[in-house]
Amino acid sequence: MFQILEKKELNPNVTRMVFEAPFIAKKAKAGQFVIFRVDEEGERVPLTIADADAEKGTITLIFQIVGRSTMKLNALNAGDAISDLVGPLGLATEIPEGAKKICVIGGGVGCAIAYPQAKAAHLAGLEVDVIAGFRNKDIVILEDEFRKVCDELILCTDDGSYGVKGFVTNALEERIQAGCQYDCVIAIGPIPMMKFVSEVTRKYGIKTIVSLNPIMVDGTGMCGGCRVTVGGKIRYACVEGPDFDGHEVDFDELMHRNGVFKEREAECRMMKLADKA
Amino acid sequence: MPNMSQTKVPIPEQDPKVRARNFEEVTLGYTKEMALEEASRCLNCKNMPCVSGCPVGVQIPVFIKKITENDFEGAYNVIHATSSLPAVCGRVCPQERQCESKCVRGIKGEPVGIGRLERFAADTHMVQDNTVIEKPVSNGHKVAVVGAGPSGLTCAGDLARLGYEVTVFEALHKAGGVLMYGIPEFRLPKDIVQKEVENLKNLGVTIMTNMVIGKVLSIDELMADGFEAVFVGSGAGLPRFMGIEGEALVGVCSANEYLTRINLMKGYKEGYDTPVLKSKAVAVVGGGNVAMDAARSALRMGAEHVYIVYRRSMEEMPARREEVHHAKEEGVEFLNLNNPVKLLGDENGRVRAAVLQRMELGEPDASGRRSPVPVEGSEYELAVDTVIMAIGTSPNPLIRTTTEGLEANKRGCLVVDESMHTTKEGVYAGGDAVTGAATVILAMGAGKSAAKSIDEYLKQKA
Repeated sequence: MFQILEKKELNPNVTRMVFEAPFIAKKAKAGQFVIFRVDEEGERVPLTIADADAEKGTITLIFQIVGRSTMKLNALNAGDAISDLVGPLGLATEIPEGAKKICVIGGGVGCAIAYPQAKAAHLAGLEVDVIAGFRNKDIVILEDEFRKVCDELILCTDDGSYGVKGFVTNALEERIQAGCQYDCVIAIGPIPMMKFVSEVTRKYGIKTIVSLNPIMVDGTGMCGGCRVTVGGKIRYACVEGPDFDGHEVDFDELMHRNGVFKEREAECRMMKLADKA
Repeated sequence: MPNMSQTKVPIPEQDPKVRARNFEEVTLGYTKEMALEEASRCLNCKNMPCVSGCPVGVQIPVFIKKITENDFEGAYNVIHATSSLPAVCGRVCPQERQCESKCVRGIKGEPVGIGRLERFAADTHMVQDNTVIEKPVSNGHKVAVVGAGPSGLTCAGDLARLGYEVTVFEALHKAGGVLMYGIPEFRLPKDIVQKEVENLKNLGVTIMTNMVIGKVLSIDELMADGFEAVFVGSGAGLPRFMGIEGEALVGVCSANEYLTRINLMKGYKEGYDTPVLKSKAVAVVGGGNVAMDAARSALRMGAEHVYIVYRRSMEEMPARREEVHHAKEEGVEFLNLNNPVKLLGDENGRVRAAVLQRMELGEPDASGRRSPVPVEGSEYELAVDTVIMAIGTSPNPLIRTTTEGLEANKRGCLVVDESMHTTKEGVYAGGDAVTGAATVILAMGAGKSAAKSIDEYLKQKA
């Protein structure tokens, strides 16, 4: 069993939890993920590690409540435990050698994963700009955390209720046109966001790393559920990713394949609403 | 005087129409009377040809003789002396290609039902079992086993019996490997697997789940941590796909994924959270045991039509004969000498049809089987909403890419010598990680030889 040490609601749909997981904490690197299973009946769900503290033996997960499993997890509190937590899985993010200045872009709950990337790069002595995008002011997360690990933070909201109005892609293009020389862009968020960021950087020839979130079952290279097409080839996100070259990923296919259980997720949310009503 | 009946005593089975819609065990097992009758067909040959066909060398005529003497526990003990998982082997071994293929009775008529008798002895033991397994006295030496599948569990059991302190590191949340995630409940009840795992724990084996070696700990770290030898039985890995158009459509998955959702995650049961694709018509591509398991599971999940699409003919089909027979009885439709060339999607991007091409058999290929040759212009559409690829796997890269000094061949399988020793000192390997996808019993045989070699290695070192 893996104990929950802390729980904090970051916004009504996003929760942050700290788990006791000493083995994982010791090895976790930015970009890697874990698989959790809440209880005996639970499914195996992948989540990228938001933070790890090797000394305390803890890892932090930040998740959006989308379906049955994240609802179940969110129903637990500090002091409770989940049956399984396995990791760190996948390959750590590799920032190209010699990179001096990078831009980390997070979209929505994707900021939870963009944060450890920014932190790792910052600690490695790189100049780091962060562009974090949200739909509106109410769902902004990790602002203070980002400020501590970057040189410049650009917060954008789609409706302009906080920070700059507009999408992260606009902010990125403005920065580039204003003369920022990025050696690499790391983009993490909804699939369309990663796709459009990659379109922008392609024009400027900037190396772009995206972190993919396909459906997985075992997460250890066995089921093939997480296969994605990258550069025209089948790649397995669990053992060969989850990071890939944004200029080579077939985002449309991934978006489509991730929708396979969408109806079921919607049913789960509906049932939850019915419970509350 | 032996029983000279030319046929095996039939084994009771669930009615095909009924069982095709439930996940309960298909074959019900011999009663005591049936077992006694079948056991009396054994001629007790002096040179025991059947034993030469068994990868773990079970003393077959000896245990069958015990059955005829009504000493069922004695029979179990004979099997258990060489096989860690008797109840499993009696159910899933391809006996027709192993022990039973060497049986003298098979020359005229059917061979002795060795598998059925093995299962009888194991099941009788399990029901009556009230013996407390005594933990052997520790010899103070620690061995790590990577992977709690058939090879790892066998290796762990054999070493524990010799007094080694064995820790098994399992990546998934349950021990058992393919016995848990791959082989369905209706062929191998999971309670039986867990009972065998419990037996190992009683022998003193420690099992740590949720530990992906190569990630959370490396093999070098295990050795630095005091494990004097390591056995790698990490199993088969990434599922293969055909590389044809349309494989990324929704409704196309690997047999590993389909079966894991159903078996390990119990997606077929009410109250479990893991979703399983809902299908009306399913094409399973491949002709092995995994293909049969996927096809029969799809029927049980409610599919109206389930097709096996196999590019060779029935004769070349690698699946266990009994599985093919059961699949047919249950209503699986066999499209042999057919091969998918393209998958077509509907407007929502879900697969709606497989384009199949007819094949004919040509000259024998490297495997000795006649190779299939496409018939030009024979393509046709088969309406399906699910396609399950059961065409094999390639070894998991996690261990070889994170362990220095561990060599793999060009297919990615770990290289071992005849003692199952890898290219790294103190590290042994066996099972699918070495051979590529094979059978449970071959993996067990490998685990067994590795245990013997590890014992010799550590004794020599001491």
